Amino acid sequence: MIKVENVSFTYPSGVNALKSVSIEISDGEFVAIMGENGAGKTTLVKQFNGLLKPGEGDVYVDGRNTRDLSVAELSKDVGLVFQNADHQLFCETVEDEIAFGLRNFGFSNRVNKKRVKWALTLLDLQEYRKISPFMLSGGERKRVALASVLAWKPRVIILDEPTVGQDQSQKERLLQFVRQLNTQGNTVILVTHDIEFVAECDPRVVLMSHGRIVADGPAKKILTNPKLIKKTSLILPQITQLFFKLADLGFPKDVISICEAKKLINDFVARRS
Amino acid sequence: MVSPIIEIDGLSYTYPGAKKQSLSNVTLSIDKGDFVTLTGTSGCGKTTLCRCLNGLIPHFYGGEIKGDVVVSNLNVRDHAISELAQQVGFVFQNPENQLFALSVEREIVFGLENLALPPDEIRERLEWALKTIGIEALRERSPYEISGGQQQRVAIASVLAMKPEILILDEPTSSLDPQAAKNLFQVISKLNKTLGLTIILVEHRLDLLSTLTDRVIIMDGGSLRIEGNPREVFSSMSAKLMGIGIPKIVRLYQELESPPEKLLFSIEDFVGYLKRI
Repeated sequence: MIKVENVSFTYPSGVNALKSVSIEISDGEFVAIMGENGAGKTTLVKQFNGLLKPGEGDVYVDGRNTRDLSVAELSKDVGLVFQNADHQLFCETVEDEIAFGLRNFGFSNRVNKKRVKWALTLLDLQEYRKISPFMLSGGERKRVALASVLAWKPRVIILDEPTVGQDQSQKERLLQFVRQLNTQGNTVILVTHDIEFVAECDPRVVLMSHGRIVADGPAKKILTNPKLIKKTSLILPQITQLFFKLADLGFPKDVISICEAKKLINDFVARRS
Repeated sequence: MVSPIIEIDGLSYTYPGAKKQSLSNVTLSIDKGDFVTLTGTSGCGKTTLCRCLNGLIPHFYGGEIKGDVVVSNLNVRDHAISELAQQVGFVFQNPENQLFALSVEREIVFGLENLALPPDEIRERLEWALKTIGIEALRERSPYEISGGQQQRVAIASVLAMKPEILILDEPTSSLDPQAAKNLFQVISKLNKTLGLTIILVEHRLDLLSTLTDRVIIMDGGSLRIEGNPREVFSSMSAKLMGIGIPKIVRLYQELESPPEKLLFSIEDFVGYLKRI
């Protein structure tokens, strides 16, 4: 679905944000791109919908070179939800905000109405439909931004730091929701440093540092590698920290989720008693 | 005898044009030198409560306010934001919304110049703030070309230079990577311990905080719901039901088939328990 070949990118300010990055993401994959602030995560995903074009190298979306396409054309397939919702929101009501993208893509009024309603319900925003997004809290604004992108049903959904400012119940809802999108066949790409969130959803993890990809593999393997985690300014998941200390009781070290941890400890307690 | 530095009595507040109250009948007292973590689901009134403490409510936002907020013996209703700013420093969620100067130094002295302090005093406070926060090396840099963690430190330094008695931080780590967040919490904890600064920290990231804070307050629907020390609060089932991000270790304990009676609060607690049985 997305193919990045030896892409380098330098901002006008001279910051060399991507250094010869190559990566392939298949249709229907669930990928978390992680790494320290300034690692190049956001710069990389902005290449996927054409907001940025490579300085060197090429990016292909569904076989098409992004150099030949406009952001509008690419966005239809690749929806990007920004990190800071305020960079994305500008309409007077939540409803208008969600309808805006749809109108631009030329959907009929009937479809528009249906999609807006669908997106409002999905993100639990019905009660705010007539309110200005700027009256809402940070977490709520983020949900509006997400709803406005999901409404046009892009095949690839990129969420840049979706858990920032979200409380636990929203994170849990987001987790279910992201999984649901993925099982429905959407490609889901998360940009995040919320390691605890990633530990619970077990995606493919791509670790970036200083403009390069430094590791790529299953979450269970990457998130339990202390060297890689330290290099990218992350912290080992709490559960993993616990299991590192339990190794001499015969526990495995590569445990990241509560669910797995619970099973291992329950079994251990049962054996001992 | 420690005296309260913040006293809130029967505070209710409605934003202009809103139908629902954002705060309803909040009564709270915070002692000088406390490190308070304020948490709760999104939209529960955390930020609104903080805005009442530095007078942004009602002076800037307007709306309808009932009850009293007294900060360092000043009733916020009767004092201007500029006056309260010398008592209460406020660090926002997004440092970009706060920073504007061309260099870190300029950023820090801006507030001081507005207080019309003598140049010597300004220079002294600048050096002190840079040193206390550990950002001396950044003094000539532009606030826009440094990392998010560094930006947040600059925002704290510029507030600290005003020598407030209370520091309010509204989700200061939300855009920071975990290591930077951990470091920032340590800076905040140090300000609390060494300067005796009263800290009110709004946070969702409780995993990293549970061992640093003295007191946790959980808000829900504009009211205070649970408060106490972190151990008490995180072990209460209602915290879980309210959708609070209780630390994963505590959640693991709560989900065990036959958990020990005593709460396992930290990794060390868990290791100790499993080694004993």
